[in-house]
Amino acid sequence: VTDFLSENLGPGPAAAVIAVIVGSVLVGFVALSAVFFIWLERKVSGRIQDRLGPTRVGGKFGWLQTIADGIKLLVKEDVIPGDADHMLFRLGPYIAFCGSFLAFLALPFAHNVVALNMNIAIFYMLAVMSTEVFGIILGAYGSGSKWSLFGGMREAAQMVSYEVPMAICVLVPVIVAGSMNLNEIGNYQSGFIWKWYVFHDPFIFCAFWTYFTCATASCKRAPFDLAEAESELVAGFHTEYSGLRWSFFFMAEYGSMFAVSGIATLLFLGGWHLGFLPWDPADWLREQMGTAGFILGSVVSVAVFIAKGWLLVFVMMWVRWTLPRLRIDQVMMTCLKYLLPISCFVLIGVSAWQLLGNQSTIVDYFKYACALACLGLLGWTIYKIIVTPSTLPPSGAASIWNTTRDSPFRLAKKS
Amino acid sequence: MEINFHTFLFYLLACVTGVCALGVVVTQNIVRSAAWLLFTLAGVSGIFFLLNADFVGATQLLIYVGGTLVLVVFGVMLTAQGPFISMKTGAAEWVISTAAGLLLFAVLAVTTGMAFATPKAEPAPDEPATARASVEIGQALLAVPPAGSSGKKASAPTTYLLPFEIVSVHLLVVLIGAAYLARAKRRRGAGS
Repeated sequence: VTDFLSENLGPGPAAAVIAVIVGSVLVGFVALSAVFFIWLERKVSGRIQDRLGPTRVGGKFGWLQTIADGIKLLVKEDVIPGDADHMLFRLGPYIAFCGSFLAFLALPFAHNVVALNMNIAIFYMLAVMSTEVFGIILGAYGSGSKWSLFGGMREAAQMVSYEVPMAICVLVPVIVAGSMNLNEIGNYQSGFIWKWYVFHDPFIFCAFWTYFTCATASCKRAPFDLAEAESELVAGFHTEYSGLRWSFFFMAEYGSMFAVSGIATLLFLGGWHLGFLPWDPADWLREQMGTAGFILGSVVSVAVFIAKGWLLVFVMMWVRWTLPRLRIDQVMMTCLKYLLPISCFVLIGVSAWQLLGNQSTIVDYFKYACALACLGLLGWTIYKIIVTPSTLPPSGAASIWNTTRDSPFRLAKKS
Repeated sequence: MEINFHTFLFYLLACVTGVCALGVVVTQNIVRSAAWLLFTLAGVSGIFFLLNADFVGATQLLIYVGGTLVLVVFGVMLTAQGPFISMKTGAAEWVISTAAGLLLFAVLAVTTGMAFATPKAEPAPDEPATARASVEIGQALLAVPPAGSSGKKASAPTTYLLPFEIVSVHLLVVLIGAAYLARAKRRRGAGS
C-alpha cells in the first residue's frame, strides 16, 4: 500500500495519507474497545455483585448500553465551574487522551502490524503513557475543587512511585530478549507455550505478577483507584467534569488499560502467538498461499493478540470488583516496601540467570514444568467451575451471562 | 530553499516549541506556566523524533514530564496560600533574566554561525559524523583515552568524569536541601 500511494502521490502526501489512515484505524480501535470494555465492566461487576447489569438497550445482553451512554454524554451540557482555571480545565482531558493514544503507535498487534516499528518501542510506550498523569493532574488542579485536588495529588504520588517498579519489571524480559523492539520480542516467543517469557525462568515469572500489579496501579484501577475513590472523594479528579470531557478521561483510562495489557502480552505472554502451534501462522500461510495467506495469517495473529489483551483487561476488572480499595499509605507501602524490592531482586536474579544458567538443561525442564503446571491449574479451575453443582440459580459457567431465566430477581418478582 | 513535508513539520514543531517557551516566561500562574513548559519539552522531543533520534526523544519525555510533574506538585504545595496563586515578577528580575537570556542566545547564535561558517569535513559514508562524536563524548565521560592516542602518551587526556561527578554531588546537595525545605516543620508551643 505504501509503495502504491507514494508512486501516485509523491512521498510527502503519501506519508500524510498513510498517517491519517493509520491514525484513524488506531483511534477507532481505542474508541471501540473502550465502548466494549465499558459494557464488559458493567456486566462483570453485575455478575460479581449478583445483579444483572445492563439488560435492555440492544437486546437481552444490553449490547448497546455504551452507545446509548455515549449519545447521552454527547448531548449533555458541558459545565465549566466558575472558579475553575479554564485553560487547565479544558486542557486536562486532551492531554490524558493523547498520552494514552500515542502509546498505541508503537504497539505491534502482530508481526510487523505496527504503526511505527521503533527500536525502543517499549521505552517509548512507557514514556508516552507517563504523560497521561499530567493531564489528570492539570485537570484536577484546574477544577478548583478540593475533591479534585485531593484526587490529583494522590494520583501524582502514586504514579511517581509506581512507575519505578513497573519500569524495572519491563526491563526483565528486555534483558532476556536483548532488545527493546516489541516486534522482535514478540518474534522470539514464537512456538509452543513454554517459549513464552513468563515460563522462561522463575524470576521472570515473578516479574510478570509484579508488572501486572504495577500496571493495574498505573491505570488507577481498583484496588489502587485512590485518585477516583468515589466513596470518599465524590469522583476524585473528575468530580467537576461532565459530558464529553468526562468521557475523554474514560477513553484514556480504558485505552491505557489495553495498552498495559498489550505490553504484558508482548513481553510475557507470547505476543500474537497462540502457544499451541510450532510456527507463526502468518509465515506458514505465506509460504502456502503467498500474500493472501500472509494477510490471513496476520488477521489470525491480530485476533490472538487482541484476545489475550482483552483477557488481561478482564482480569483487571475482576480484581477491581473483588478487592477493596487500599488507603493511600497502604498504596505507598505496597509499592515502596514490597513491589520495589521484589522488582530489584528479580532484576538481579534474571541477570544472574542469563549469565550462569543459560547452558544447563535445567532451564528447559523448568520451562516445561512451569508451563504444564500453569496449564494444569487453568484446566483444573475450568473443570471445577463446570463441575461444581450450584444451589444458587445463576452460577456455574453455563449460566454466567444468563439474564433471562432463573435469575433471583425474576424469581423474587414472580413470587 | 526546498520545502518538503519533513521541513514543514520541523518548522511547525519549532514554532510551537518557541511559542510555548514564551508562554512559560510570560504566564504568571505557576501551574499554567508548568503546562506551557510541558508543551515546550514535548515539542523538543517531537523534534528529536522527527530527526529519527527516538531514544533521545523518549528519554526527553520520560525525564522531563516526570520532572515537570514534580515541579507542579511542589509548586502547588509550597506556594499556594490561596487557590490559583499568581506570581508577580519585579522589574529588576525582568532586567537580569532578559540580560542572561540574551547573552545565552548570543553565545548559541555565534557558535552556530561559526559552525556553519567553517567548511564541513565530509563524513565517511559508513561512519556518520554524529555517531562518532557521541561515542567519543561517551568515552571521554568514562575517562577512556581517545582511540587515536592509545599507543602514544596523550599529553592531557580530557576526561569529564570529575566534573560529571561534581555535578552529581551538587544534585545530591540540592536534593537534601529540598528535603529540608519540604519537611514537616514542628512548631514549638503550637500543640495545646
